[in-house]
Amino acid sequence: MEFKTFVFYVLAAIMLFGALRVISARNPVHAALFLVLTFFSAAGLWLLLQAEFLAIVLIMVYVGAVMVLFLFVVMMLDIDIARLRHRFWSYLPLGAMIGLLMVAEMALVLGGKYFGAAALPGQDMPAGYSNTKELGRLLFTEYVYPFELASVVLLVGIVAAIMLTLRQRKDSKYQKVSEQLAVKRHERVRLVKMAAEKDAPATGESAAEQGGQ
Amino acid sequence: MEALILQFLQPLLGSWLDPVWPLLWSLLRIVAILVPLIVGIAYLPYFERKVIAYMHVRIGPNRVGPFGLFQPIADGLKLLFKEVLVPTKASKLLFLVGPIVALAPALVAWAVVPFAEGWVLADIDAGILFLLAVTSIGVYGIIISGWASNSKYPFLGAMRASAQMISYEIAMGMALLCVLMVSNSLNLSDIVRAQDHGRFADLGLGLLSWNWLPLLPMFLVYLISGVAETNRAPFDVVEGESEIVAGHMIEYSGMAFALFFLAEYGNMILVSFLTATFFLGGWLSPVGFLPDGHWWLAAKVSFLLFCFLWFRATFPRYRYDQIMRLGWKVFVPICFVWILVIGVWMMSPLNIWK
Repeated sequence: MEFKTFVFYVLAAIMLFGALRVISARNPVHAALFLVLTFFSAAGLWLLLQAEFLAIVLIMVYVGAVMVLFLFVVMMLDIDIARLRHRFWSYLPLGAMIGLLMVAEMALVLGGKYFGAAALPGQDMPAGYSNTKELGRLLFTEYVYPFELASVVLLVGIVAAIMLTLRQRKDSKYQKVSEQLAVKRHERVRLVKMAAEKDAPATGESAAEQGGQ
Repeated sequence: MEALILQFLQPLLGSWLDPVWPLLWSLLRIVAILVPLIVGIAYLPYFERKVIAYMHVRIGPNRVGPFGLFQPIADGLKLLFKEVLVPTKASKLLFLVGPIVALAPALVAWAVVPFAEGWVLADIDAGILFLLAVTSIGVYGIIISGWASNSKYPFLGAMRASAQMISYEIAMGMALLCVLMVSNSLNLSDIVRAQDHGRFADLGLGLLSWNWLPLLPMFLVYLISGVAETNRAPFDVVEGESEIVAGHMIEYSGMAFALFFLAEYGNMILVSFLTATFFLGGWLSPVGFLPDGHWWLAAKVSFLLFCFLWFRATFPRYRYDQIMRLGWKVFVPICFVWILVIGVWMMSPLNIWK
């Protein structure tokens, strides 16, 4: 067995184990961490396919950012697994049907006559071939409009998410940093002219002497 | 170097050397990187204590060995012999995995760091991407340990730490975007080489052709974000001693705690190396008449590490909302503007990076 094949099977086994544990782990935090493991192994598989850009981006985006936020939410919510599993058996047929449908679709795409993996061109890349560079070139020349459109859709999504959850509270106080920075000295400090020394009134002299004793 | 060692080992081990040699050679190089790194990590706290002590007009550690030089060894031994306590209701496995996940990425990232011309473990094309990916994993160590401790303060500390690290990762990534625009490569060695030519480099003043000058705002953003990313003062709200004691590390003891410590100092050294590589010309010599070499990199890194310690002794701690504001509302917009400036600059006839 070639070493590459061995690595493939090891990564695939870890990935399958992680994926199974995602749906079978009792603790939601453990499930999320197993999902991280699954992503990681998937990135390894992509590296084996010489798609280093996709693999690294998978780790950067999904493992490094999305799953961290996901973990945040899962950790802070008090998720009751028993209640989630409450009607497991009654939902099982529907879930199983959707799962089977997905398997069938994948089988059509991967094993079919027209789209099959066997029909794909071989990947004999010349030395010095940079996956990242080629992808960037395609994205910013041939597919620049779809790319920009996708980014606008994402932007709309971000704005919508913020607007939906934005809730102005009347009782919370914010700092206005720009105002703080724009403040001038005369607005905060008032200098008062005073004589440095003042002659004591004549009657106070005896009192001061008494105080001194 | 490789041929030299092979020549020495060939008669000793005979024919079965050939199949295992690539593995052996990689392991040797890994050890050659890790051993100085671990020594550096051990002695950085010592220098931190000494430098800050002198800034405070104190003496600092001076009891163990001459000038207190054996202090890190004494500390390390003490931590080794201490018991690793696991809180009763902690998630035991995750509790122990946390520190490991914090330390491992800090060590893995060294694979792509070039120390001199050709002195790099893995000279991969997507070097910067690899770095960004690997360093973004480190945050899991903090989150996992904060959650697995099953206590309020670690959890709060972990929340703060991870929010801060994710925020500043964006500013760092965008600062790097400018670097890779001007050097036209993702490979770290190529980025250093790209800083070697230019008008000033031809005049023998390489110092002025490094990236820090044309990318000055990005250099500052990267440096400050690096301090925030490693959770160092003045951005150390994560373990703010006066508020949440020690953040995510509060329940840890012995070697488990030491791993977090190693990770923090390892990350400091790593960020210093990266800043030196991206903006200060890596192993290049600042003036034409002196030869290039790894000692220049060492000097630059030492200076940057000193800056880390200097900042800690100088600045008061930022408040948490101020940290977030600095990251999102100051650094990210500066990065956007400078990416645009660099883009226009490169397209204009004044382009200096051809």
